[in-house]
Amino acid sequence: MNFSNLLRIAYRALLRNKLRAFLTMLGIIIGVASVIAMVAIGQGSKQSIHDQLSSMGTNMLTVQPASNLNGGVRIAGASFQTLTSKDIDALKNHPQYITELSPSVSSKGQAINGALNWPTTMTGVSPEYLDIRKLSVKDGIPFTQNDVLTSAKVCLIGQTVIDNIFPNGENPIGKIIRFGHIPFQIIGVLSPKGFNTFGQDQDDILIAPYTTVQKRILATIYYSNIYASAASEDVTDLAVTEMTNKLRASHRLRDSEDNDFTVRTQQELIATLSSTSGLLTVLLTVVAGISLVIGGIGIMNIMYVSVTERTKEIGLRMSIGARGKDILLQFLMEAILISITGGVIGVLLGFLSTQIVTMTLGWPTIISQSSVVLSFVVCAVTGIFFGYYPAQKASRLDPIEALRYE
Amino acid sequence: MSKKALEIKELKREFKMGSETVRALKGITFDVEPGEFVTIMGSSGSGKTTLLNILGCLDKPTIGDYFLDGVDIKKLNRDELAQLRNHKIGFVFQSYNLLARTSALENVELPLLYNKGISVSERRERAMHALEAVKLENRFDHMPNQLSGGQQQRVAIARALVNEPIMILADEATGNLDSRTSYEIMALMQELNATQGKTIVFVTHEPDIAAFSGRTIQLRDGIIQKDTKNENPRSAKEMLAALPVTDDYKI
Repeated sequence: MNFSNLLRIAYRALLRNKLRAFLTMLGIIIGVASVIAMVAIGQGSKQSIHDQLSSMGTNMLTVQPASNLNGGVRIAGASFQTLTSKDIDALKNHPQYITELSPSVSSKGQAINGALNWPTTMTGVSPEYLDIRKLSVKDGIPFTQNDVLTSAKVCLIGQTVIDNIFPNGENPIGKIIRFGHIPFQIIGVLSPKGFNTFGQDQDDILIAPYTTVQKRILATIYYSNIYASAASEDVTDLAVTEMTNKLRASHRLRDSEDNDFTVRTQQELIATLSSTSGLLTVLLTVVAGISLVIGGIGIMNIMYVSVTERTKEIGLRMSIGARGKDILLQFLMEAILISITGGVIGVLLGFLSTQIVTMTLGWPTIISQSSVVLSFVVCAVTGIFFGYYPAQKASRLDPIEALRYE
Repeated sequence: MSKKALEIKELKREFKMGSETVRALKGITFDVEPGEFVTIMGSSGSGKTTLLNILGCLDKPTIGDYFLDGVDIKKLNRDELAQLRNHKIGFVFQSYNLLARTSALENVELPLLYNKGISVSERRERAMHALEAVKLENRFDHMPNQLSGGQQQRVAIARALVNEPIMILADEATGNLDSRTSYEIMALMQELNATQGKTIVFVTHEPDIAAFSGRTIQLRDGIIQKDTKNENPRSAKEMLAALPVTDDYKI
């Protein structure tokens, strides 16, 4: 028997009992639709979590001075001054690991606008800092390399500072404020970032060129930190190794000496990210597995009943020339047709319900190709696997007894 | 000598029922020539059904030979028997055995679906042709539940004819029908036998029906009791015409 005949026989047999075929399909339809919708919702929330975490800069690297022994006395890392412009030069030009670099020096002090003042921190950085920390300028413009070279008295201002020293809603751009007795012109307003996970207000900040802070406020040649961006999350570890090697060379440390700095990554963030997505994947696999089994049992159940109910039909087919193989393939093909048709309807229903979820609940959803392909393949496999035993039972019937069956 | 349609030699069939052996057929020998119309008669327990199953290649003899159109069925396996049934035998059953919710045409097409190498158009053409032979070509799209018993049986006969078999094997084909419809079916059988030269083996227990055939084999207790030629079979068509017309039926 050729394939088109087989298909025709199975197709006609299914059409002969549409309701039964549909009920059998229902398990598959619901299974596939729920897998697609679940994965879409899961992927959507994973993406939004990822976006939120990325806004903190997941591939950011921080170099800090480390505690060190100095004549037997341990000295706190933060007060230890080791990072200089030589280190920045040493870390430059490794684009495969590090894409951006910025020194950082900070000074606490009062920001003063006329009669109003507010205690805050001024951080001196290079223009790349905004990229590294995923900061952006909402109004006005960021400062430039030229401002760094000239130690220009310009700054970017955070929302919290604005709220406190410009309480009446006037536009701060172009205004002069004072910080540590130095007048700074405000050239840009930072987009608000809110509080970070440690409860620090990330908007309570002033940002100025690092040279300005170093020379005009602190009178130092050292940096308190160096910030860098790894080329990607994947090369973070390599970047750490590379930076460590370069800094050790730059600091002329002997092999026996400990590092006088630490390079920190956002590993915890990355770990959180992967554990979140890992948990989602496990949950969704479980859902997919359950729906597979339920749909498959549905098919097997109906096919078994169907074989009994259609014993006489099987007897007739055998008497007019169907071989056991033909009967086996017919029932198998019916099961596959049911599961594939159910799969197609399920995919459409999955798309539809995903759209409905997005529109009514406003949840972010992403329909992943792999979930569509996977659920579809699972369908076909389910059809073959659970359709096989009933089909085999049918093919082994004795035609004489099957014909006499009432 | 021309090839026989059927050749049966010393055929025996035994069944094991627990510790007992039931001997359903105890040695049967007969031939059927192509174009013969044979009825096989016998009461229940005579081995009639067992013989029918063997003739229909649904079962194999325990001992003895059965040649269908010169093919020794003892040498065939299950699948080859199925092929043989498809090509050489057309079954007509007492309860019609049409597929429900399937049009007359598709029911008739069914055996051709198990026959390789027949194109879609040829299949349709041959099925329509078979329906014409039973005068149901106008009802090709009717479902079985839209047809009368006689019409359903005629669809079943068309299905038996469609693969152009060596033999039509009818099992109590008039058993579920009233006399008028039975005569109608017998008239059709006689016509197929006379005009198309079809070999027909008709199993029945009604002597009335056997009178329409050219030869009657009487079975009793697993052996042939009588094998009589009927030189002058009754014409079902004439019988039908002689019946009083009580309704709007017309052949």
